Amino acid sequence: MSDVTTLYGLCASGLIAIGIYGFSLQSEPLRRIISFNLIGTGVFLLFGVAARRAAAAGFLADPVPHAMVITGIVVAFAATALTVALILRLAELNTDPEENIQPEARDEKSA
Amino acid sequence: MSMLPDLLLVMLVLGAALWTVAARDRRSSVIGFIALGLLLALVWMRLYAVDVALTEAAVGGGATGLLLLRACARLDSIDAGKPSAGRTLQLLIGFCCAAMGVGIAAAALGGPDLPPTLAPAVAANIDAVGLGNPVTVVLLAYRAIDTLLEKIVLIAALVGVWSLAPDDVWGGPPASLKLAKASEPLTFLAQILPPVGFVIGVYLIWNGADEPGGTFQGGTVLAAMWLLVMLAGLAEPPETRRALLQYLVVFGPAVFLISGFSGFWLAEGFLSYPTGFAKTMIVALEVALALSIAVIVAMMLAGPSARTPR
Amino acid sequence: MTAGAATIDSGALLVVSIMLPVTGMLAVIVSPARRSEQVALVILAASLLTAVATAAEVLRTGEPIEYLLGNWRPPLGVALRADGLSVTLMVMASIVLSCVGLYASGSYLAPPDAHHSRSRTVFWTLLLGLSVALNTAFLAQDLFTLFVALELLTFSAVALVALDGRPTSLEAALRYLLLALAGSVFYLVGTAVLYGAYGRLDLSGLRQISRDDLATTFALSLMMTGLLVKTALFPMHLWLPPAHAGAPAAASALLSALVVKAPFFLIVLLWTGIAPRPFSVIAGQVLAILGMASIVFCSVMALRQSRLKLMIAYSTVAQVGYLFLVFPLTIGGTANLAWSGCVLQLVSHAFAKASMFLAAGVIAEVMGHDRISNLKGTFHAVPITLTAFALAGLSLIGLPISGGFSAKYMLLTAATEIGAWWIAGTILVGGLLAAGYVFKVLGQALAPPAEGFAAARSIPLHRELVVLVLASAAIAMGFLPLDPLPFITIGRMGLP
Repeated sequence: MSDVTTLYGLCASGLIAIGIYGFSLQSEPLRRIISFNLIGTGVFLLFGVAARRAAAAGFLADPVPHAMVITGIVVAFAATALTVALILRLAELNTDPEENIQPEARDEKSA
Repeated sequence: MSMLPDLLLVMLVLGAALWTVAARDRRSSVIGFIALGLLLALVWMRLYAVDVALTEAAVGGGATGLLLLRACARLDSIDAGKPSAGRTLQLLIGFCCAAMGVGIAAAALGGPDLPPTLAPAVAANIDAVGLGNPVTVVLLAYRAIDTLLEKIVLIAALVGVWSLAPDDVWGGPPASLKLAKASEPLTFLAQILPPVGFVIGVYLIWNGADEPGGTFQGGTVLAAMWLLVMLAGLAEPPETRRALLQYLVVFGPAVFLISGFSGFWLAEGFLSYPTGFAKTMIVALEVALALSIAVIVAMMLAGPSARTPR
Repeated sequence: MTAGAATIDSGALLVVSIMLPVTGMLAVIVSPARRSEQVALVILAASLLTAVATAAEVLRTGEPIEYLLGNWRPPLGVALRADGLSVTLMVMASIVLSCVGLYASGSYLAPPDAHHSRSRTVFWTLLLGLSVALNTAFLAQDLFTLFVALELLTFSAVALVALDGRPTSLEAALRYLLLALAGSVFYLVGTAVLYGAYGRLDLSGLRQISRDDLATTFALSLMMTGLLVKTALFPMHLWLPPAHAGAPAAASALLSALVVKAPFFLIVLLWTGIAPRPFSVIAGQVLAILGMASIVFCSVMALRQSRLKLMIAYSTVAQVGYLFLVFPLTIGGTANLAWSGCVLQLVSHAFAKASMFLAAGVIAEVMGHDRISNLKGTFHAVPITLTAFALAGLSLIGLPISGGFSAKYMLLTAATEIGAWWIAGTILVGGLLAAGYVFKVLGQALAPPAEGFAAARSIPLHRELVVLVLASAAIAMGFLPLDPLPFITIGRMGLP
């Protein structure tokens, strides 16, 4: 059984490495937030592997890391939602330059 | 037991991850990510984490996937930025990431022979709470503070999403979710599925006390049903300034807070439950939280206000 | 029996200090926009009282306050713990939050007749979000709970950066968010590795059983790297200046004074509490070298800026660099003095920098711009604000009498006593550079106004007074005796 755990541990590390690669090299924010989610998934899996190693103590799995992963997934979703909203708003502003002129920018011009 | 199925699953997961990073356009990348989410749900089943598998399927693959797909659809008019890094830099970073991966694997797997765990402690104290699902006990009793703060994180992120509305439409409804061509099968599904989904959602929440499932999984299913109705154009997203909506957003966390403070008088302090009532209180809490989660998740997917309030 | 009752009572203070702003956030969301300000100000005042009461209790008993949430003992449950250092930071954060709240009250966020209320509701909700996150970061004794607090801090801060909705602010916010998320995920990898190695994440437990092995050092390195990104130490500081300069002044003040301090505090927790011996020495040297690079490089950058807010933002990275000098100085007999200097630097920088950013906000409104080369007549228009700016500048430079002076003096003494001349030299060079950028502004602003000068807008008196109060607080820290502060060592684990 511990071999299977090791296998998933390697899988987790692989996910993190692939995610960091994508995050560092991509320039497009949407692709970067997807890569961030890949890293996150790998980290959660690492918690899952730690939980499964409780099998050595005679349990199926340790529920504490599972609970942390559930919290972590929720937080990652919130992060993704906020990032996507920022990306979309920026894209909207860049295609619609009329809206760019805000009070402060107007002051700049008159000064 | 043969390791072959696990090996195959791991190859698929890593393949999907590589696809997600290497795909040429964003849509393929997102589709790779959604596939990865579903594969991961299987991985979590193999790690005996059914609760996590349900969450991963509902949120990781489902809600996040939908969010990214919608973003793709709206970004389609804008050109994708091409990776600017040269070949050498790619190789260098690739090498660093691989080294990092090896390091993490060595650090995570090289531990003591008998790994320390909190599983016995959880099992020893579970009777004091009286619930059958240990993950729910951790989430709502031992580490209830994390769960409470997580709701606050969600609310902060929702307010952050809302804050991106232009000033003149603040308080108005988000952009319509209605698909350009809401096909008949979708409309049919949107009419037929919500009652079923509602039952599944409620079942997940209710069941979460003793069996796998719980507030977040159930809440996300409820949110998905509402979204389905909005996608089919059978309902429009509500105005964000509506009092009912705002009260629904804070309802769950507020009940959590009140229940937490009641522990000062009724039990042994903040976030503790009175003996014998723990299960009742936790189930009630889960229902309240799931309702708020459904609204928050759906509104996050709908995005900031886009039309002037009436 | 009475002693037991007393601990329950004081423990409740810790719960209240986190849950008051939580309640406030929920209340702001459901209350009409014109009420949101009143709700938030009441909550901020109550939080300040709670923080002061907590500090008084710790000072009175000379013991830390501990509280087990849900009455579950760690590692199964999560504990809150207030010691001398954490209550000091809580009081500091409450003072800054309250002052910024007062500054932003009235017509600051939107004209009173504006029918839209976006910036009001968002600002007040997320200001309270920052308060929840900071108090949790200062009190929680569990690495995962601290992760949730860090995320709350990030989301609230990012939305505040984007508050004015201009494309440049949104770009800065997006860049900040992506890097902060990368920082959190590094922190979380380390947390996962530690859970695998020790089966627990409570600080007090980990402190007792942490070993010097690959897993521990690797995990701590990852976590500290993630936190360094969030606290914006050189060379991971590039996101900070556009983000802090692009936010509205009231938000910038919070970001620079408080938000970057929470990750630093967590680094201190990891370094003093969990890091095993040989690793901590090396890590301390690396952190100090990065701190020195921050001081020199970002002070020079600050000197070269032509916009006031960007200059102040670069100064933040430089001043945060001083905090990291403490690590190598804690070896030997000067440890207490070095820690006192570090804490004093943290607190007086918070007051001075908040004051400076708020002053920059006033100046930009009065002058209609924030170009340093064109600030003639500012003193004439807003003398109170300019006085505050000058006082805050004194503290940043480290001229007596000011909190900044005492802090740098203590760090300097500790450095010379153990013969760390490189650190001592950097402290002096940093002071000279800071003098350069502060006097560059003052030289312009004190000059008489040009012919036909008229203020673009008049500023309500209460806002100018708040700026002055914060600057005076930074100065007042200089009246503490130049000896190690006994208060901050109360109950601190891992401190000598």
